[in-house]
Amino acid sequence: MPKNECYNIECYQKGVMIIMNKSSTRTIVATGLGAALFMVLFMFVKVPSPVPETNLQIAYGVSAFFAALFGPVCGFLVAFIGHALNDFIAYGSPWWSWIVASGVSALVTGLASSKIAPSIEEGVFEKPQITTFVIYTLIGQAVAWIICAPVLDIVLYSEPVNLVFTQGAVAFVLDFICAGIIGGLLLKAYASGRTGKGSLSKNG
Amino acid sequence: MKTKLFSYSQLDTFVHRLSGLTKLVCFILMTTAVMLTYDIRMILLIMVISYALMYVSKIKFSQIRLMLVYVLIFLVTNFFLTYAFAPMYGVEIYGTQHDLFTIAGRYVVTQEQMFYQITKFSKYLSVIPLGMIFIFTTNPSEFASSLNGVGVNYKVCTSLSLTLRYFPDVTSDYQTISLAQQARGLEMTSKAKLSQRVKSIASILVPLIFTTMDRIELISNAMDLRGFGKHKKRTWYTRKPLTKADYLSVLFCALVLALTLYVRFFVNHSFYYNPFI
Repeated sequence: MPKNECYNIECYQKGVMIIMNKSSTRTIVATGLGAALFMVLFMFVKVPSPVPETNLQIAYGVSAFFAALFGPVCGFLVAFIGHALNDFIAYGSPWWSWIVASGVSALVTGLASSKIAPSIEEGVFEKPQITTFVIYTLIGQAVAWIICAPVLDIVLYSEPVNLVFTQGAVAFVLDFICAGIIGGLLLKAYASGRTGKGSLSKNG
Repeated sequence: MKTKLFSYSQLDTFVHRLSGLTKLVCFILMTTAVMLTYDIRMILLIMVISYALMYVSKIKFSQIRLMLVYVLIFLVTNFFLTYAFAPMYGVEIYGTQHDLFTIAGRYVVTQEQMFYQITKFSKYLSVIPLGMIFIFTTNPSEFASSLNGVGVNYKVCTSLSLTLRYFPDVTSDYQTISLAQQARGLEMTSKAKLSQRVKSIASILVPLIFTTMDRIELISNAMDLRGFGKHKKRTWYTRKPLTKADYLSVLFCALVLALTLYVRFFVNHSFYYNPFI
Protein backbone atom coordinates (compact mmCIF):
# COMPACT_ATOMS: atom_id res chain seq x y z
CA MET A 1 0.00 0.00 0.00
CA PRO A 2 1.49 3.39 -0.98
CA LYS A 3 2.06 5.70 1.93
CA ASN A 4 -0.35 8.29 0.67
CA GLU A 5 -1.81 10.56 3.29
CA CYS A 6 -5.28 10.30 1.86
CA TYR A 7 -5.68 6.71 2.93
CA ASN A 8 -5.54 8.12 6.40
CA ILE A 9 -8.97 8.40 8.07
CA GLU A 10 -8.11 11.72 9.67
CA CYS A 11 -7.29 13.22 6.29
CA TYR A 12 -10.55 11.93 4.91
CA GLN A 13 -12.42 13.60 7.75
CA LYS A 14 -10.60 16.85 7.03
CA GLY A 15 -11.74 16.64 3.43
CA VAL A 16 -15.33 16.11 4.51
CA MET A 17 -15.06 19.03 6.89
CA ILE A 18 -13.84 21.28 4.11
CA ILE A 19 -16.76 20.28 1.92
CA MET A 20 -19.23 20.81 4.75
CA ASN A 21 -17.71 24.20 5.39
CA LYS A 22 -18.11 25.26 1.78
CA SER A 23 -21.40 27.04 2.17
CA SER A 24 -20.03 29.12 5.04
CA THR A 25 -17.04 30.32 3.00
CA ARG A 26 -19.32 31.01 0.06
CA THR A 27 -21.53 33.18 2.26
CA ILE A 28 -18.52 35.14 3.53
CA VAL A 29 -17.25 35.77 0.01
CA ALA A 30 -20.75 36.61 -1.21
CA THR A 31 -21.01 39.14 1.62
CA GLY A 32 -17.73 40.77 0.63
CA LEU A 33 -18.46 41.00 -3.08
CA GLY A 34 -22.11 41.86 -2.48
CA ALA A 35 -21.02 44.81 -0.37
CA ALA A 36 -18.63 45.90 -3.12
CA LEU A 37 -21.44 45.70 -5.66
CA PHE A 38 -23.78 47.58 -3.33
CA MET A 39 -21.18 50.31 -2.95
CA VAL A 40 -20.57 50.66 -6.69
CA LEU A 41 -24.28 51.01 -7.38
CA PHE A 42 -24.79 53.31 -4.39
CA MET A 43 -22.07 55.63 -5.67
CA PHE A 44 -22.52 55.62 -9.41
CA VAL A 45 -26.09 54.63 -10.25
CA LYS A 46 -28.65 57.14 -9.12
CA VAL A 47 -31.93 57.51 -10.93
CA PRO A 48 -33.55 60.80 -10.00
CA SER A 49 -37.11 60.15 -8.84
CA PRO A 50 -40.17 62.34 -9.41
CA VAL A 51 -39.85 63.58 -5.80
CA PRO A 52 -37.21 66.34 -5.71
CA GLU A 53 -33.91 65.83 -3.81
CA THR A 54 -34.33 62.05 -3.63
CA ASN A 55 -32.92 59.26 -5.74
CA LEU A 56 -34.05 55.76 -6.52
CA GLN A 57 -31.24 53.74 -4.99
CA ILE A 58 -30.84 50.70 -7.20
CA ALA A 59 -28.39 49.32 -4.64
CA TYR A 60 -31.25 48.18 -2.38
CA GLY A 61 -32.23 45.72 -5.11
CA VAL A 62 -28.78 44.15 -4.77
CA SER A 63 -28.92 43.90 -0.98
CA ALA A 64 -32.37 42.28 -1.25
CA PHE A 65 -30.99 39.82 -3.82
CA PHE A 66 -28.06 38.77 -1.63
CA ALA A 67 -30.25 38.64 1.47
CA ALA A 68 -32.76 36.35 -0.26
CA LEU A 69 -30.03 34.00 -1.47
CA PHE A 70 -27.56 33.97 1.42
CA GLY A 71 -29.60 34.80 4.49
CA PRO A 72 -30.13 37.61 6.99
CA VAL A 73 -26.55 38.00 8.26
CA CYS A 74 -25.16 38.27 4.75
CA GLY A 75 -27.90 40.71 3.76
CA PHE A 76 -27.33 42.89 6.81
CA LEU A 77 -23.58 43.05 6.22
CA VAL A 78 -23.90 43.72 2.48
CA ALA A 79 -26.02 46.79 3.11
CA PHE A 80 -24.21 47.84 6.29
CA ILE A 81 -20.64 47.58 4.97
CA GLY A 82 -21.59 48.94 1.55
CA HIS A 83 -23.43 51.94 2.93
CA ALA A 84 -20.86 52.70 5.66
CA LEU A 85 -17.88 52.60 3.29
CA ASN A 86 -19.78 54.72 0.78
CA ASP A 87 -20.40 57.34 3.45
CA PHE A 88 -16.77 57.23 4.55
CA ILE A 89 -15.59 57.85 1.02
CA ALA A 90 -18.18 60.39 -0.04
CA TYR A 91 -18.63 62.42 3.16
CA GLY A 92 -15.67 61.45 5.32
CA SER A 93 -17.93 60.46 8.17
CA PRO A 94 -20.72 57.92 8.33
CA TRP A 95 -24.36 58.73 9.15
CA TRP A 96 -24.93 55.73 11.44
CA SER A 97 -28.70 55.80 11.83
CA TRP A 98 -29.34 55.39 8.10
CA ILE A 99 -26.57 52.83 7.74
CA VAL A 100 -28.09 50.66 10.45
CA ALA A 101 -31.50 51.12 8.80
CA SER A 102 -30.09 49.94 5.46
CA GLY A 103 -28.72 46.88 7.18
CA VAL A 104 -32.00 46.15 8.97
CA SER A 105 -33.99 46.36 5.73
CA ALA A 106 -31.83 43.63 4.18
CA LEU A 107 -31.75 41.65 7.44
CA VAL A 108 -35.53 41.27 7.46
CA THR A 109 -35.60 40.42 3.75
CA GLY A 110 -33.02 37.76 4.53
CA LEU A 111 -35.43 36.01 6.89
CA ALA A 112 -37.27 34.87 3.75
CA SER A 113 -34.09 33.14 2.61
CA SER A 114 -34.67 29.81 4.39
CA LYS A 115 -38.05 29.55 2.64
CA ILE A 116 -37.12 30.61 -0.89
CA ALA A 117 -33.35 30.14 -1.40
CA PRO A 118 -33.46 26.31 -1.83
CA SER A 119 -36.06 26.51 -4.58
CA ILE A 120 -34.26 29.39 -6.29
CA GLU A 121 -31.07 27.32 -6.36
CA GLU A 122 -33.12 24.69 -8.20
CA GLY A 123 -34.38 27.21 -10.70
CA VAL A 124 -37.83 27.82 -9.27
CA PHE A 125 -38.87 31.42 -8.61
CA GLU A 126 -42.59 31.39 -9.23
CA LYS A 127 -45.63 33.04 -7.65
CA PRO A 128 -45.34 31.62 -4.09
CA GLN A 129 -41.65 32.50 -3.86
CA ILE A 130 -42.21 35.93 -5.41
CA THR A 131 -45.02 36.64 -2.93
CA THR A 132 -42.86 35.59 0.03
CA PHE A 133 -39.98 37.73 -1.24
CA VAL A 134 -42.15 40.81 -1.77
CA ILE A 135 -43.87 40.48 1.63
CA TYR A 136 -40.56 40.19 3.50
CA THR A 137 -39.11 43.08 1.50
CA LEU A 138 -42.12 45.23 2.37
CA ILE A 139 -41.83 44.41 6.08
CA GLY A 140 -38.07 44.96 6.00
CA GLN A 141 -38.22 48.34 4.32
CA ALA A 142 -41.08 49.45 6.58
CA VAL A 143 -39.24 48.46 9.78
CA ALA A 144 -36.05 50.10 8.52
CA TRP A 145 -37.30 53.44 7.22
CA ILE A 146 -40.46 54.08 9.24
CA ILE A 147 -39.20 52.84 12.61
CA CYS A 148 -35.45 52.27 12.71
CA ALA A 149 -34.02 55.27 10.81
CA PRO A 150 -36.23 58.02 12.32
CA VAL A 151 -35.96 56.68 15.88
CA LEU A 152 -32.18 56.41 15.66
CA ASP A 153 -32.02 59.88 14.10
CA ILE A 154 -33.88 61.27 17.10
CA VAL A 155 -31.91 59.27 19.68
CA LEU A 156 -28.43 59.66 18.21
CA TYR A 157 -28.61 63.01 16.45
CA SER A 158 -31.75 64.66 17.99
CA GLU A 159 -33.16 65.70 14.69
CA PRO A 160 -36.68 67.22 14.68
CA VAL A 161 -39.36 64.53 14.83
CA ASN A 162 -41.57 65.43 11.87
CA LEU A 163 -38.58 66.00 9.57
CA VAL A 164 -37.14 62.52 10.11
CA PHE A 165 -40.49 60.78 9.77
CA THR A 166 -41.19 62.56 6.48
CA GLN A 167 -37.74 61.62 5.18
CA GLY A 168 -38.30 58.06 6.38
CA ALA A 169 -41.63 57.75 4.60
CA VAL A 170 -40.18 58.97 1.29
CA ALA A 171 -37.22 56.61 1.66
CA PHE A 172 -39.58 53.73 2.46
CA VAL A 173 -41.64 54.15 -0.73
CA LEU A 174 -38.62 54.59 -3.01
CA ASP A 175 -36.52 51.82 -1.50
CA PHE A 176 -39.39 49.37 -1.44
CA ILE A 177 -39.95 49.98 -5.17
CA CYS A 178 -36.23 49.42 -5.86
CA ALA A 179 -35.76 46.43 -3.61
CA GLY A 180 -38.95 44.74 -4.76
CA ILE A 181 -38.68 45.28 -8.50
CA ILE A 182 -34.92 45.14 -9.03
CA GLY A 183 -34.39 42.41 -6.43
CA GLY A 184 -37.23 40.35 -7.93
CA LEU A 185 -35.91 40.75 -11.48
CA LEU A 186 -32.43 39.72 -10.42
CA LEU A 187 -33.69 36.66 -8.55
CA LYS A 188 -35.79 35.69 -11.56
CA ALA A 189 -32.77 36.02 -13.87
CA TYR A 190 -30.57 34.07 -11.45
CA ALA A 191 -33.17 31.29 -11.04
CA SER A 192 -33.56 30.90 -14.81
CA GLY A 193 -29.83 30.21 -15.03
CA ARG A 194 -29.96 27.31 -12.54
CA THR A 195 -30.75 23.75 -13.54
CA GLY A 196 -33.42 22.08 -11.47
CA LYS A 197 -33.69 18.53 -10.15
CA GLY A 198 -34.85 16.03 -12.80
CA SER A 199 -34.51 18.55 -15.60
CA LEU A 200 -33.09 15.89 -17.94
CA SER A 201 -35.48 13.49 -19.58
CA LYS A 202 -34.79 10.37 -21.58
CA ASN A 203 -35.23 10.83 -25.31
CA GLY A 204 -37.32 8.36 -27.25
CA MET B 1 -15.48 58.17 -12.70
CA LYS B 2 -13.21 58.23 -9.71
CA THR B 3 -12.55 54.71 -8.55
CA LYS B 4 -9.72 55.30 -6.15
CA LEU B 5 -10.76 53.93 -2.82
CA PHE B 6 -9.39 55.16 0.50
CA SER B 7 -6.97 57.69 -0.95
CA TYR B 8 -4.40 56.43 1.52
CA SER B 9 -0.99 58.00 1.16
CA GLN B 10 2.02 56.67 2.96
CA LEU B 11 3.57 59.47 4.95
CA ASP B 12 5.58 59.47 8.11
CA THR B 13 3.59 61.54 10.59
CA PHE B 14 2.52 60.92 14.15
CA VAL B 15 -0.96 59.86 13.04
CA HIS B 16 0.34 57.53 10.31
CA ARG B 17 2.65 55.77 12.74
CA LEU B 18 -0.21 54.84 15.07
CA SER B 19 -1.63 51.37 14.60
CA GLY B 20 -4.93 51.01 12.73
CA LEU B 21 -6.48 49.55 15.85
CA THR B 22 -5.64 52.68 17.86
CA LYS B 23 -7.05 54.95 15.17
CA LEU B 24 -10.28 52.96 15.03
CA VAL B 25 -10.70 52.98 18.81
CA CYS B 26 -9.93 56.72 18.98
CA PHE B 27 -12.34 57.41 16.12
CA ILE B 28 -15.10 55.52 17.92
CA LEU B 29 -14.38 57.24 21.27
CA MET B 30 -14.31 60.74 19.80
CA THR B 31 -17.43 60.31 17.64
CA THR B 32 -19.25 58.82 20.62
CA ALA B 33 -18.25 61.85 22.65
CA VAL B 34 -19.69 64.19 20.04
CA MET B 35 -22.79 62.05 19.68
CA LEU B 36 -23.49 62.16 23.43
CA THR B 37 -23.38 65.89 23.83
CA TYR B 38 -25.22 68.99 22.66
CA ASP B 39 -22.92 71.34 24.51
CA ILE B 40 -21.31 73.76 22.08
CA ARG B 41 -18.26 74.25 24.32
CA MET B 42 -17.37 70.56 24.25
CA ILE B 43 -18.11 70.39 20.53
CA LEU B 44 -15.81 73.32 19.83
CA LEU B 45 -13.07 71.70 21.92
CA ILE B 46 -13.33 68.48 19.92
CA MET B 47 -13.45 70.47 16.70
CA VAL B 48 -10.18 72.20 17.57
CA ILE B 49 -8.59 68.82 18.39
CA SER B 50 -9.76 67.22 15.17
CA TYR B 51 -8.64 70.09 12.93
CA ALA B 52 -5.28 70.15 14.70
CA LEU B 53 -4.93 66.40 14.05
CA MET B 54 -5.78 66.99 10.43
CA TYR B 55 -2.93 69.51 10.24
CA VAL B 56 -0.56 67.08 11.97
CA SER B 57 -1.41 64.25 9.57
CA LYS B 58 -0.59 66.50 6.57
CA ILE B 59 -3.86 65.97 4.72
CA LYS B 60 -3.89 68.29 1.73
CA PHE B 61 -6.88 70.46 0.93
CA SER B 62 -7.01 69.11 -2.65
CA GLN B 63 -7.58 65.61 -1.24
CA ILE B 64 -10.68 66.59 0.70
CA ARG B 65 -12.12 69.36 -1.49
CA LEU B 66 -14.74 67.16 -3.16
CA MET B 67 -15.82 65.62 0.15
CA LEU B 68 -16.13 69.06 1.71
CA VAL B 69 -18.40 70.22 -1.11
CA TYR B 70 -20.71 67.23 -0.60
CA VAL B 71 -20.70 67.67 3.16
CA LEU B 72 -21.46 71.37 2.96
CA ILE B 73 -24.34 70.77 0.52
CA PHE B 74 -25.69 68.15 2.91
CA LEU B 75 -25.28 70.33 6.00
CA VAL B 76 -26.80 73.43 4.42
CA THR B 77 -29.79 71.43 3.11
CA ASN B 78 -30.19 69.89 6.55
CA PHE B 79 -29.97 73.36 8.15
CA PHE B 80 -32.82 74.75 6.05
CA LEU B 81 -34.92 71.57 6.20
CA THR B 82 -34.66 71.54 9.99
CA TYR B 83 -35.87 75.11 10.11
CA ALA B 84 -38.68 74.48 7.64
CA PHE B 85 -39.96 71.44 9.52
CA ALA B 86 -39.40 72.56 13.11
CA PRO B 87 -38.95 76.33 13.49
CA MET B 88 -39.78 76.20 17.22
CA TYR B 89 -37.66 73.17 18.17
CA GLY B 90 -35.06 75.35 19.88
CA VAL B 91 -37.74 77.06 21.99
CA GLU B 92 -39.08 73.65 22.95
CA ILE B 93 -35.62 72.47 24.04
CA TYR B 94 -34.40 75.52 25.95
CA GLY B 95 -37.75 76.59 27.38
CA THR B 96 -37.40 80.31 26.67
CA GLN B 97 -38.17 82.45 23.64
CA HIS B 98 -36.10 85.42 22.46
CA ASP B 99 -37.42 86.55 19.07
CA LEU B 100 -35.03 88.03 16.55
CA PHE B 101 -37.37 88.72 13.62
CA THR B 102 -40.40 87.20 11.89
CA ILE B 103 -40.37 85.75 8.38
CA ALA B 104 -44.02 84.78 7.99
CA GLY B 105 -46.69 83.15 10.14
CA ARG B 106 -45.17 80.59 12.49
CA TYR B 107 -41.69 81.09 11.03
CA VAL B 108 -40.24 83.29 13.71
CA VAL B 109 -36.47 83.33 13.98
CA THR B 110 -35.54 82.93 17.63
CA GLN B 111 -32.18 82.98 19.38
CA GLU B 112 -32.91 79.50 20.76
CA GLN B 113 -33.54 78.03 17.32
CA MET B 114 -30.37 79.62 15.90
CA PHE B 115 -28.36 78.36 18.86
CA TYR B 116 -29.74 74.84 18.45
CA GLN B 117 -29.03 74.80 14.71
CA ILE B 118 -25.56 76.27 15.00
CA THR B 119 -24.72 73.68 17.68
CA LYS B 120 -25.98 70.95 15.40
CA PHE B 121 -24.04 72.35 12.44
CA SER B 122 -20.78 72.43 14.39
CA LYS B 123 -21.51 68.99 15.80
CA TYR B 124 -21.41 67.49 12.33
CA LEU B 125 -18.52 69.70 11.27
CA SER B 126 -16.42 68.51 14.21
CA VAL B 127 -16.67 64.76 13.46
CA ILE B 128 -16.07 64.96 9.71
CA PRO B 129 -12.31 65.59 10.00
CA LEU B 130 -12.05 62.54 12.29
CA GLY B 131 -13.44 60.25 9.61
CA MET B 132 -11.22 61.83 6.99
CA ILE B 133 -8.12 61.41 9.15
CA PHE B 134 -9.03 57.78 9.70
CA ILE B 135 -9.45 56.90 6.03
CA PHE B 136 -6.51 58.96 4.74
CA THR B 137 -3.99 57.62 7.24
CA THR B 138 -5.04 53.98 7.59
CA ASN B 139 -3.77 51.34 5.23
CA PRO B 140 -6.86 49.58 3.78
CA SER B 141 -5.36 46.16 4.48
CA GLU B 142 -4.84 47.16 8.08
CA PHE B 143 -8.45 48.26 8.44
CA ALA B 144 -9.85 44.71 8.61
CA SER B 145 -7.22 43.60 11.09
CA SER B 146 -7.97 46.57 13.33
CA LEU B 147 -11.69 45.72 13.32
CA ASN B 148 -10.76 42.21 14.38
CA GLY B 149 -8.70 43.83 17.13
CA VAL B 150 -11.79 45.49 18.64
CA GLY B 151 -13.54 42.14 18.81
CA VAL B 152 -15.39 41.80 15.51
CA ASN B 153 -15.54 38.20 14.27
CA TYR B 154 -12.75 37.52 11.77
CA LYS B 155 -15.17 36.18 9.19
CA VAL B 156 -16.90 39.55 9.09
CA CYS B 157 -13.49 41.23 8.82
CA THR B 158 -12.59 38.96 5.91
CA SER B 159 -15.82 40.01 4.18
CA LEU B 160 -14.82 43.61 4.71
CA SER B 161 -11.33 43.17 3.31
CA LEU B 162 -12.81 41.34 0.31
CA THR B 163 -15.07 44.34 -0.23
CA LEU B 164 -12.11 46.70 -0.16
CA ARG B 165 -10.09 44.41 -2.43
CA TYR B 166 -12.83 43.86 -5.03
CA PHE B 167 -14.41 47.29 -5.11
CA PRO B 168 -12.14 48.50 -7.96
CA ASP B 169 -12.73 45.25 -9.90
CA VAL B 170 -16.50 45.46 -9.60
CA THR B 171 -16.35 49.13 -10.62
CA SER B 172 -14.41 48.31 -13.76
CA ASP B 173 -16.81 45.44 -14.54
CA TYR B 174 -19.68 47.87 -14.18
CA GLN B 175 -18.02 50.38 -16.50
CA THR B 176 -17.21 47.76 -19.14
CA ILE B 177 -20.73 46.36 -19.16
CA SER B 178 -22.27 49.82 -19.17
CA LEU B 179 -20.13 50.92 -22.14
CA ALA B 180 -20.85 47.70 -24.02
CA GLN B 181 -24.59 48.14 -23.56
CA GLN B 182 -24.40 51.77 -24.58
CA ALA B 183 -22.53 50.74 -27.74
CA ARG B 184 -25.52 48.52 -28.49
CA GLY B 185 -27.78 51.57 -28.29
CA LEU B 186 -28.90 51.68 -24.68
CA GLU B 187 -29.95 55.18 -23.62
CA MET B 188 -28.46 56.03 -20.22
CA THR B 189 -28.64 59.82 -20.17
CA SER B 190 -31.38 61.96 -18.69
CA LYS B 191 -33.02 62.18 -22.13
CA ALA B 192 -34.64 58.77 -21.63
CA LYS B 193 -37.86 58.37 -19.67
CA LEU B 194 -37.76 57.09 -16.09
CA SER B 195 -39.18 53.65 -16.93
CA GLN B 196 -36.72 53.38 -19.83
CA ARG B 197 -33.80 54.18 -17.54
CA VAL B 198 -34.84 51.62 -14.95
CA LYS B 199 -35.02 49.03 -17.72
CA SER B 200 -31.58 49.94 -19.06
CA ILE B 201 -30.11 49.71 -15.58
CA ALA B 202 -31.61 46.23 -15.26
CA SER B 203 -29.88 45.20 -18.46
CA ILE B 204 -26.55 46.28 -16.98
CA LEU B 205 -27.27 44.80 -13.60
CA VAL B 206 -28.09 41.27 -14.76
CA PRO B 207 -24.70 40.59 -16.46
CA LEU B 208 -22.98 42.32 -13.55
CA ILE B 209 -24.67 39.99 -11.03
CA PHE B 210 -23.75 36.92 -13.08
CA THR B 211 -20.10 38.00 -13.30
CA THR B 212 -20.10 38.58 -9.56
CA MET B 213 -21.67 35.19 -8.82
CA ASP B 214 -18.99 33.48 -10.95
CA ARG B 215 -16.34 35.38 -9.08
CA ILE B 216 -17.86 34.36 -5.74
CA GLU B 217 -17.60 30.67 -6.72
CA LEU B 218 -13.99 31.14 -7.80
CA ILE B 219 -12.85 32.97 -4.68
CA SER B 220 -14.70 30.75 -2.24
CA ASN B 221 -13.23 27.64 -3.86
CA ALA B 222 -9.76 29.15 -3.62
CA MET B 223 -10.29 29.99 0.03
CA ASP B 224 -11.67 26.53 0.81
CA LEU B 225 -8.65 24.92 -0.82
CA ARG B 226 -6.41 26.93 1.48
CA GLY B 227 -8.43 25.79 4.49
CA PHE B 228 -10.09 29.08 5.32
CA GLY B 229 -12.35 29.06 8.36
CA LYS B 230 -10.87 25.96 9.92
CA HIS B 231 -9.83 27.61 13.17
CA LYS B 232 -11.68 29.91 15.51
CA LYS B 233 -9.00 32.57 15.37
CA ARG B 234 -6.53 33.86 12.84
CA THR B 235 -3.60 36.22 12.73
CA TRP B 236 -3.19 39.24 10.48
CA TYR B 237 -0.24 39.96 8.28
CA THR B 238 -0.70 43.72 8.51
CA ARG B 239 -1.25 44.17 12.23
CA LYS B 240 1.24 46.54 13.85
CA PRO B 241 2.40 45.98 17.42
CA LEU B 242 1.12 48.63 19.84
CA THR B 243 3.57 51.25 21.12
CA LYS B 244 3.55 53.79 23.93
CA ALA B 245 2.07 56.43 21.58
CA ASP B 246 -0.85 54.12 20.86
CA TYR B 247 -1.73 53.69 24.52
CA LEU B 248 -1.37 57.42 25.17
CA SER B 249 -3.66 58.30 22.24
CA VAL B 250 -6.36 55.94 23.41
CA LEU B 251 -6.02 57.31 26.94
CA PHE B 252 -6.33 60.88 25.65
CA CYS B 253 -9.51 60.09 23.65
CA ALA B 254 -11.00 58.21 26.59
CA LEU B 255 -10.36 61.31 28.75
CA VAL B 256 -12.15 63.53 26.21
CA LEU B 257 -15.12 61.14 26.32
CA ALA B 258 -15.05 61.10 30.13
CA LEU B 259 -14.94 64.91 30.24
CA THR B 260 -17.93 65.08 27.89
CA LEU B 261 -19.90 62.72 30.12
CA TYR B 262 -18.83 64.64 33.24
CA VAL B 263 -20.04 67.94 31.73
CA ARG B 264 -23.28 66.33 30.64
CA PHE B 265 -24.18 64.73 33.95
CA PHE B 266 -22.61 66.98 36.58
CA VAL B 267 -22.38 70.46 35.01
CA ASN B 268 -25.35 70.78 32.62
CA HIS B 269 -27.49 68.04 34.18
CA SER B 270 -28.97 67.51 30.70
CA PHE B 271 -28.15 66.64 27.11
CA TYR B 272 -28.24 70.33 26.15
CA TYR B 273 -26.15 73.27 27.37
CA ASN B 274 -28.57 76.07 28.17
CA PRO B 275 -27.17 79.62 28.14
CA PHE B 276 -30.65 81.17 28.19
CA ILE B 277 -31.47 80.63 31.88
